[in-house]
Amino acid sequence: MSEMSAMDRKIIQNLAETLSRQVKHFNRTEAECLIRLFNGRFGDQNDRKTGHGLDRGKFRNILHNTFGMTDDMIMDRVFRAFDKDNDSYISVKEWIEGLAVFLRGTLDEKIKYSFNVYDLNGDGYISREEMFHMLKDSLIRQPTEEDPDEGVKDLVEIALKKMDHDHDGRLSYTDFETAVREENLLLEAFGPCLPDAKRICAFEQQAFQNPPEH
Amino acid sequence: MGIALTRAAQWTTASSGTGKLEITPLNESLLKEILDFVENFSSRHPQEANLEFKEPLKWKTTLDPCNFKMEYEVSGQTVRSVEASSDGQPLLHLSSSTICVLTFSQLTKIVRIANDKKLKELRTCLEENRDPVAKILGPSFATVEGEDTSVLRFLEKVNSNEDKEHDVRIKLLILLKQLDTQLLSSLLKQISQEIRLSPDTVKNDVTLLKSFCGNGEQRVLISVQYTSDYEYLNGCRTPPWRQVHGEICYLVIHTCDTDPLYVTCSTAGVFLNGEGDENAYERKSDIYKDLVTLLKHHSPHFAEHINKQPPSTQKIEHVEPVGAEEQGQTQRSYEHQEKNVHEKARQQPAQNKPGSKKKLEPSSKWKNLGLGSPYHKTPGGGPSSEDQSESSSEDEEDEEQPERRPESHADLPSEYWHIQKLVKYLKGGNQTATVIALCSMRDFNLAQETCQLAIRDVGGLEVLINLLDTEEIKCKIGSLKILKEISCNSQIRRAIADLQGLQTMVKILDSPDKELKCLAAETIGNVAKFRRARRTVRQHGGIKRLVELLDCVPDSATLTQEQEKDVEVARCGALALWSCSRSTWNKGAIRKAGGIPLLGRLLKSPHENMLIPVVGTLQECASEKTYRIAIQTEGMIEDLVKNLNSENRELQMHCASAIFKCAEDRKTRDLVRRYEGLRPLVALLQETENKQLLAAATGAIWKCSISMENVEKFQEYKALETLVALLTEQPEEVLVNVVGALGECAQNPPNRAVIRKCGGIQPLVNLLTGTNQPLLVNVTRAVGACAMEPENMAVIDRLDGVRLLWSLLKNPNPDVQASAAWAICPCIENAKDAGEMVRSFVGGLELIVHLLRSTSKDVLAGVCAAIAEIAKDEENLAVITDHGVVALLARLTDMDNLLRRYLAEAIAHCCAWGANRVSFGEAGAVAPLVRYLRSDNASVHRATAQALFQLSKDPDNCITMHENGVVKLLLGMMGSTDELLQEAAAGCVANIRRLALANEKARYG
Repeated sequence: MSEMSAMDRKIIQNLAETLSRQVKHFNRTEAECLIRLFNGRFGDQNDRKTGHGLDRGKFRNILHNTFGMTDDMIMDRVFRAFDKDNDSYISVKEWIEGLAVFLRGTLDEKIKYSFNVYDLNGDGYISREEMFHMLKDSLIRQPTEEDPDEGVKDLVEIALKKMDHDHDGRLSYTDFETAVREENLLLEAFGPCLPDAKRICAFEQQAFQNPPEH
Repeated sequence: MGIALTRAAQWTTASSGTGKLEITPLNESLLKEILDFVENFSSRHPQEANLEFKEPLKWKTTLDPCNFKMEYEVSGQTVRSVEASSDGQPLLHLSSSTICVLTFSQLTKIVRIANDKKLKELRTCLEENRDPVAKILGPSFATVEGEDTSVLRFLEKVNSNEDKEHDVRIKLLILLKQLDTQLLSSLLKQISQEIRLSPDTVKNDVTLLKSFCGNGEQRVLISVQYTSDYEYLNGCRTPPWRQVHGEICYLVIHTCDTDPLYVTCSTAGVFLNGEGDENAYERKSDIYKDLVTLLKHHSPHFAEHINKQPPSTQKIEHVEPVGAEEQGQTQRSYEHQEKNVHEKARQQPAQNKPGSKKKLEPSSKWKNLGLGSPYHKTPGGGPSSEDQSESSSEDEEDEEQPERRPESHADLPSEYWHIQKLVKYLKGGNQTATVIALCSMRDFNLAQETCQLAIRDVGGLEVLINLLDTEEIKCKIGSLKILKEISCNSQIRRAIADLQGLQTMVKILDSPDKELKCLAAETIGNVAKFRRARRTVRQHGGIKRLVELLDCVPDSATLTQEQEKDVEVARCGALALWSCSRSTWNKGAIRKAGGIPLLGRLLKSPHENMLIPVVGTLQECASEKTYRIAIQTEGMIEDLVKNLNSENRELQMHCASAIFKCAEDRKTRDLVRRYEGLRPLVALLQETENKQLLAAATGAIWKCSISMENVEKFQEYKALETLVALLTEQPEEVLVNVVGALGECAQNPPNRAVIRKCGGIQPLVNLLTGTNQPLLVNVTRAVGACAMEPENMAVIDRLDGVRLLWSLLKNPNPDVQASAAWAICPCIENAKDAGEMVRSFVGGLELIVHLLRSTSKDVLAGVCAAIAEIAKDEENLAVITDHGVVALLARLTDMDNLLRRYLAEAIAHCCAWGANRVSFGEAGAVAPLVRYLRSDNASVHRATAQALFQLSKDPDNCITMHENGVVKLLLGMMGSTDELLQEAAAGCVANIRRLALANEKARYG
């Protein structure tokens, strides 16, 4: 990175300028730091040239190493939530926009984001099956139980009872939003998809520690 | 015989397993019947006797192998019968004291061999074979309750089989059934002769016994308590699964001379149970026919005293369980009676009115309350004494709450099972499952006791508290949200403390997450409602952390979101400190942690929900002097006064009680006036429905009225009229303060007339018959102040107030005695025919002279002052002289300053009779009196000079005085501007001089 050309620097600065205007949670310097970080994550010039950005594997590494996520399925869903244009790569813009919610989102933004993550098939509802899928590893299996899935099924019913306000057996966005506003703990009802305060703090500290000189 | 054994026999444990057959008359006759049956079995039914049992009857025997003779092979410790069963087993086999028997004929033989031990053998046999029929005939004949079809089934089998052996077997069965019926009918005869207890008779007995409890010396018992407050519709207090055993209730009886007795009342009678042991229900004593008989056997003290109790009339009077207040009322009516039959009653020997001594004792509840800290729920009101470790009575209540016995599983509500399931998910789920389960648990009505206890009983508390130790903030928040709600229940509070929950919550206070801090602080606030919890919080550094939470900017106009959160954190911290501040140690800890200035800053907050815990904490802490000074110097009085004008009644109440406690100090009283706090206080007197508020407001008025400037303000606001109106129909917590305020106001002469004109004298005099000691202290003071005006005195006299004051000299509390004695002084001074009036109190003069033996200086000073007044009447002086007043007064002359003036006055007035002057001299009272002249108190000088003047009329006294250098001192006093002092000093010197002259004359002339 040390031999980064003046040209590159200029481009980055302009990009930061534009993005910081579009994404409200970061100022220009912060945006620039994040872009540098984004660029630093490639190491492969070709990718940058083609303009694809981060692929699934690299992104998952970040989620795992930096934000301490472990659940494969959830990480996959987080990738999809970041990857707004569904091209299987996260571009600089998507990176900044995603991190804005991820790190500093308001409750509204986070609700939208979480719902997106949990709506596995993207049909606008979180169905019983989706919940089951997300919760299936959440209980310790008792070898003595006849039906090992019984607990999970019951948990799904409990979640539905708690959140399904219109009683249609699935969670619409409105259901989800109402429930979370009532009880903030339900924001990550079906699995941890946001970093905790400590990780955010550590990440920001690391990312913003040497702001680029102008 | 199966049914008779399982149902009728009295086993020590009703549960199955190896119980013991006790030695009761019932069991004994049952055993004898069975023994008879066995003994004659072989001869009567030889065929059946040889039928082999399906399973051998086995038991531990005490029989010695050498007792077995013919037909047996004995080798060492083993015995085998020669007879063997069809499959070769010996019919009797004994080895290492375990015996196995296979036929009735062998049983008959054993009974014969056992001889005098036969009853014991049979008992052990039955104890170890709870259902012998099943063993004899096979498990299909096990005794079952309800319809028994075994016989029918067996008949079918016999019919289809036509086996010879079955024929015999059925005969045996019929024989056994016959025995069963026979046993039952004979037992029934016995049982029906016994008295059966019913819930009603037990209840009556308990209420009767409760009336014998108390604190006095003559009490018979200390207390009788049910273990459960809940009474089922049938009158029983035991859980249903114990009711089937006929148990009606459990009692804890504290006697005067034994350990607490844990008693089970059952329909069969009452007996001691094994409370505290593993077998809590097990019988530990004989069965007695009722409670009184049991107590007579177990408590010699009870047996001795119960017979001294008066007959039924007294009992009926007290049958209802009386709470503290009711007791107060009965006492009052009793006092009324006493007033009317005063003389008569006094002459009656004490045992004619037993219990009177007990009744005059304050109920323990009042003792706990300390000096007027009113109400159980809110610790407000009076400044509690410094040495009391708790300024609130609330936790006492908390402390005593009985643990309820677990409910039976049969009638558990559905919530219980739901909660159990959720707790299972909490235990076995990851973070996500835990959060869902926690959220779902919050949907239950956690304010309901069933849910609270269900969470505890299924082990939920342990899990919730464990979650607090994890790293997951969401789980911690969810868990605390639940703990916060359920910790409103005192049993849960205890359980949380027992599970070390407080320690963890205190640690959480360090967390950077503000929501978490809030929840932890609020939960601590809920849990720390009892002493042990408060101590735990302090010992783990909780107070310091809680005080740190208070640090925020509460009053700036625009707050950022973060600042708002800080304010919320501070509010929760204040809530927790409020609970903690009920312990004296914690008050100190809050101060040391620098909490006072922070509280002072929060006091500027405009929000009521912040102000209530802050002022609550302050008023709680104001029982400490350091806090009172700090509240004054940190300028908090202004804010307290400001909040008196709040719309919120609770806030007003806490402000008023803070002022109540702080206004002991003169500067504070002045500040309250300067910030115009007196008017809102008077305005609060209109809140006659809200007794707590009224108590706090009247308390504040009382303390403020100690300053005369404030009294003038109160006059201006017409507070006196309102206060007089509050003298009736108010609880004692309010009355104490109202009367206190009137007493202070009446120190200002014009107010005395106002009180009379508003009709205040009568209710005040009526209150003299009360029993609440702080109230009596205030009432006597108020009556005394009123009596300073002759017109008032006329009213008091007409209402027989002086007699009532005089009877209060008998009150056990020295404060009451002293205050009554002081009140008597102006009465005697201003009453018409005071001398005659005093004489009419039979034994009154003796009583007051006797009080000179008191150890309390206040009492002595008051009594001396009263004696000075009494001695103005010559006849009365003669009487008190007869009672030895001179010696008693002389004995007191060595006492210190406080007393001197009044003692000197009393001596001066007592000199007027007979040879009293000489007696004082002989008793050595003169020399100490001379020393009084060296005191720097002018009023002491005057009284002493007057006393010396009286004493100097006796020549010997003059010599003593002269020897002690009185002349020089008196010469100085002759130059005083106080004419009375001047005159007395001059008179004394003149007497001394005259004696000297006469002496010279006799010698020389």
